[in-house]
Amino acid sequence: MNTDNEPLLAIRNLHTCFHVFEGVVNAVDGVDLEVPHGETVGLVGESGCGKSVTALSILRLLRCPPAEIQGQVIFHGRNLLDLDREGIRKIRGNAISMIFQEPMTSLNPVLTIGEQIAEAVRLHQGMSRREAWRWAEEMLRMVQIPGARARAREYPHKLSGGMRQRAMIAMALSCNPQLLLADEPTTALDVTIQAQIMSLMSNLKEEFGTSILLITHDLGVIAEMASRVIVMYAGKVVEEAPVKELFKEPLHPYTKGLLGSVPVIGRKAQTGRRLHEIPGTVPSLLEMPRGCRFHPRCPKMMDVCSGEEPPTIHMGGDRRVCCWLFAKT
Amino acid sequence: MALLEVQNLKKYFPVKKGVLSRSVGEVRAVDGVSFSLEKGETLGVVGESGCGKTTVGRCILRLIEPTSGEVIFNGRNLLQLGGEELRRIRASLQIIFQDPFSSLDPRMTVGQIIAEPIKNHLNVSKAEVRDRVAYLMERVGLHPEQMGRYPHEFSGGQHQRIGIARALALNPLAIVCDEPVSALDVSIQAQVMNLLAEIQEEMNLSYIFIAHDLSVVEHISDRVAVMYLGRIVETATDRDLYENPQHPYTQALLSAIPIPDPEIRRQKIILKGDVPSPLEPPSGCSFHTRCPERKEICTKERPAFKDLGGGHRVACHLR
Repeated sequence: MNTDNEPLLAIRNLHTCFHVFEGVVNAVDGVDLEVPHGETVGLVGESGCGKSVTALSILRLLRCPPAEIQGQVIFHGRNLLDLDREGIRKIRGNAISMIFQEPMTSLNPVLTIGEQIAEAVRLHQGMSRREAWRWAEEMLRMVQIPGARARAREYPHKLSGGMRQRAMIAMALSCNPQLLLADEPTTALDVTIQAQIMSLMSNLKEEFGTSILLITHDLGVIAEMASRVIVMYAGKVVEEAPVKELFKEPLHPYTKGLLGSVPVIGRKAQTGRRLHEIPGTVPSLLEMPRGCRFHPRCPKMMDVCSGEEPPTIHMGGDRRVCCWLFAKT
Repeated sequence: MALLEVQNLKKYFPVKKGVLSRSVGEVRAVDGVSFSLEKGETLGVVGESGCGKTTVGRCILRLIEPTSGEVIFNGRNLLQLGGEELRRIRASLQIIFQDPFSSLDPRMTVGQIIAEPIKNHLNVSKAEVRDRVAYLMERVGLHPEQMGRYPHEFSGGQHQRIGIARALALNPLAIVCDEPVSALDVSIQAQVMNLLAEIQEEMNLSYIFIAHDLSVVEHISDRVAVMYLGRIVETATDRDLYENPQHPYTQALLSAIPIPDPEIRRQKIILKGDVPSPLEPPSGCSFHTRCPERKEICTKERPAFKDLGGGHRVACHLR
């Protein structure tokens, strides 16, 4: 599987817009990104930056219309956006699967946990009912659900939040996917449960070599899980870097601002009680500022920023940043 | 004397079943919580969902009627006050809610929302109310010209600013902040936390800052109380709690927080299992079912608070 140098997933110039009553909302506006084999790539940004829509566009889980997806999503040399309904169905939950943020609303309340996991393997792997059920129990054991056999016969409402998220992971991994899209997998959970789920995900990744696209707003989760990070703002990628470099030396003013605005435990003595803040708010997707979308909030704004969109500049060492500050004139 | 003194506060919610709504049990949401709050101080209350932190906050203001205990605010026991007296004292004890949008009346303009406490409590002219509202809006970083707008026209961070302006309207002595920033994006969270800190310094306010995020709580608080299943398990100054956590739960909580620095690699303490149901709390120390250091005694006896000096108190048999 790992023989070629091609990334497992490559997104090229992805545009996803929604036609709504007020006009056209460009939720994702020209995103390029790659997920290499066996790596965890973090996609980080604040609400409304387009990170979830990017993930949903990969598997075409958006109703079209009102959504419209353009660009290329290359997976194993094929553009997923060109596949017919049957073609994309064969990929969903099979080669690429997804974990959602809210495990309660994304599990079917009228089916037992076991039935939901078994359904995926029956459809995709052609297992018999009995085999599929046994497999479902095995998966639940693998995600460390105590009493897996009995739990498989229970309905989602009987499980706690952390347990549901484990069941969700079991379901997502049941067909041994090559790529896992994890959309805020730990956001709805308490910290001690979050720690359990994060350690489970890293162990499973090691064991099966699954690539993960990890979407989150939590920079702490990114720092602990991802090897590369992509920062999005208002529908665009503003920066990409290996995780250590991004945290050590963020380039884009937005990334800098984001890192500075998080309180870090035990650092109050050094940094003082005042947190760095980014002034203003994220612009409405219906009224994007001209030029660089961050310019109204940027402390380093120049004349050119409000007029023209900044180019993507490739820096050394696998980094790119989309900002006029780094453009050579 | 402390500004606010909470003694052995308890809130048991009855669990009812059947057509006759007979009580079949009780949820011990808050089970004997005591703490004090000094003037100008911030006390952080941290814990996971269901630990009772929000119920504590609401019991202090009697938005939820506590089952028993004492809440002494400015020398008076709030639980023995009624009607007019309680109404008056609530002017100096305010609350900011977690969900800033649902705590604002969608049919009132922002000006009316902020003016309401002023009109209710003070006998002042319309012009004075208006001036006060304008001043408050300005103070929390909103444009006074937007007084006539409705809540839905504002963003999440601005909703929270409106909530803060409303809480400040009557110059309170203390504010209970119930998860005031957890619904907000990080960049907006920083704005709101800075605003709260500024106002505190200016008005010498006291805060009870309730949140599930220990890094947020540690950042804003002078002292922190860690709650687990309706009880406080440890209280310490912000620094002590971080540098010298004593209770195994506090230690696990601290180690579970993801730190935004990929260079730091820590050995995490990963707790097993979930928080037990408060319907049937475990015997003895309520943490013993998940505790990595459990001993025989922990399953039998409820640990008493031990004073470790410097305001550091812990409820654990092993310390």
